[in-house]
Amino acid sequence: MKKYAYFPGCSLEKMAQSYHLSTIETTRKLGVELEELEDWNCCGATTYFHVDQLLAHTLVARNLAMAERKSLDLVAPCSACYKNAFFTNTYLKNDQDLAEHINFALEEDNLHYSGNIEVLHLIEVYVKEVGYEEIRHNVTHPLEGLRVAPYYGCQILRPRKNHEDVEQPRFFEELISAIGAEPVNFPERLRCCGGSLILTSREAALSMVHLLLKSALDHEAEVIATACPLCQVNLECYQQQVNQEFGTSISIPVLYFTQLIGLALEIPPKRLGLGTELVPATKVLSYARRETNE
Amino acid sequence: MVKKPTFSQEIANMLYASHGNPLSSCIQCGTCAGTCPVVHYMDHTPRKLIGLINSDYKDEVLASNTYWFCASCYHCTVRCPSGIDIAEMMYALKRYSMWKNRYREGLIGPVFSETFVKTIVKSGRSYEPVLAPTYLFSFGIREFVQEAVTATNMMIKGRLPVLPPRIKRLENFKQMVGRIIPIGEVR
Repeated sequence: MKKYAYFPGCSLEKMAQSYHLSTIETTRKLGVELEELEDWNCCGATTYFHVDQLLAHTLVARNLAMAERKSLDLVAPCSACYKNAFFTNTYLKNDQDLAEHINFALEEDNLHYSGNIEVLHLIEVYVKEVGYEEIRHNVTHPLEGLRVAPYYGCQILRPRKNHEDVEQPRFFEELISAIGAEPVNFPERLRCCGGSLILTSREAALSMVHLLLKSALDHEAEVIATACPLCQVNLECYQQQVNQEFGTSISIPVLYFTQLIGLALEIPPKRLGLGTELVPATKVLSYARRETNE
Repeated sequence: MVKKPTFSQEIANMLYASHGNPLSSCIQCGTCAGTCPVVHYMDHTPRKLIGLINSDYKDEVLASNTYWFCASCYHCTVRCPSGIDIAEMMYALKRYSMWKNRYREGLIGPVFSETFVKTIVKSGRSYEPVLAPTYLFSFGIREFVQEAVTATNMMIKGRLPVLPPRIKRLENFKQMVGRIIPIGEVR
C-alpha cells in the first residue's frame, strides 16, 4: 500500500491529539504508511495570509520541499493546513517566478521545491487510496445503528480543488456507511463553524456553532463526525458556552472520523484518544461495547 | 505623467494572485450575501462591499468590519456566478487595512493576526496561550469566565500545550524568513 509524508499540523500536537492517535492507529491497520515530516513548521493557518501572502506561501513550501525530498505526497489531517498546502503547491507549480523567489528563501534551510508532489487531505486517503470496499472488508465491528452527522465544514471542499462536487458531496456519508454506521441527513453539513472567529468574533462564532449543533440534533444524530481540528474544538469544547449563551442544554459528542473508523476496526478506544472529550462519547462507546459483548 | 490608481484599482491589483475574475465583473446579484454564514454580523454585506469598492468609497470600506468577520469558508467564492474569488478579496482587504493601519477600532482580528505571525516567525510553530491576551482582555467578565472554564477543562484533559513548541532548525528557518521579509535578524 502507498506511503505518504504526514504533516500533522500544530493542532494535532495537543488540542487534537486524539485525531493524531486515531490517524496513526487506523492507517496502520488499513495498511497505509504515514511517515511524519521531520521538523515541520506551522502552515500559517488562516491568519498568516492576513498579513503577508508571500511569507505564508514560503512557510508551506518548506514543508512541501521536505516531503518532496522523500519523494512522498503530502497528507494533512487539518482542513486549513490542507487548503494552504494544496494552493501553495498549485501556485508553485504554475508560477515560475514565485517558485524561484521562494526557492531562494528555502536555500537557507538547504531545501528546494520542484513541484513534483501532490497534496491530499487525510480523508482522501481513506476514500480514494484505501477505498470503501477495503474499509468494509476490514471492519470487524460495524457500528450498526449509530446515527452519525457527517460534518464536512469548509476547506476540505472549498475553494474548489480538483473536480469534486462542492455543493452535494457524498464521500463522508459513504465512509460512514462503510463502517456500518448510519449517516444522517444533515442539511448544515457544509456550513462554516466559524473557524478562528471563535476567538476574534466570539458572538458570531457561537451563533454559528449553535446553528450546526441544533441542526444535527434536529436530525437525531447521536454523534457529529469531523475531519478538522478547528471544527472539532468549536463544536465540542464550545458547547458549554453555546448552552450558556442560548439557554440550551445541548450535549452531543463530536469525534474525528478516524476515531469512528478505529472503533469499527476494534482498536481499543484509549488508543484512539477517546477519553479526552469535554462532551463524553458514552453513547458512541456503547455501540462499540454492545457489539463486543455479543 | 504618473496617474495615481483609484482605490478600486488598488484593491483589484491585490487580487492577481487569487486567479479570480476582477471585481469589476460583479453583477451585484447578492449570491455572496445570501450565502455568507456571518452576514448578520457584518455592517455591509459582501455584495455591498464590492459595490463600495467599485465606486471608490474608500473611507466606508476601511471603516467596515465586514472582512474581519469573514471566516474564510469560501462559500461565496464557489458560488459567485461572475467567478470572483470573494473570500480572497476579504484577505486582500485585511492586508490592505493593516498596511494602511486604518482598521476599525475595537476589532480583535488585526492584533490577533499580527501576534500569530510573530509567534510563528519566532518559533516555527503556533502556540495558543500566547494568543489569549489578544482577545481575552476585550471580553466582558461573563465571557472571560466562560473562556477560562473552557480552557481549564481542556487543560485537565491534556489538550492545551504547557510549553511553547519550536522547530529544530530554527536558525535556518529565521534566515529563510529573512530572505522574504528583509527585516534584519528576526528575534
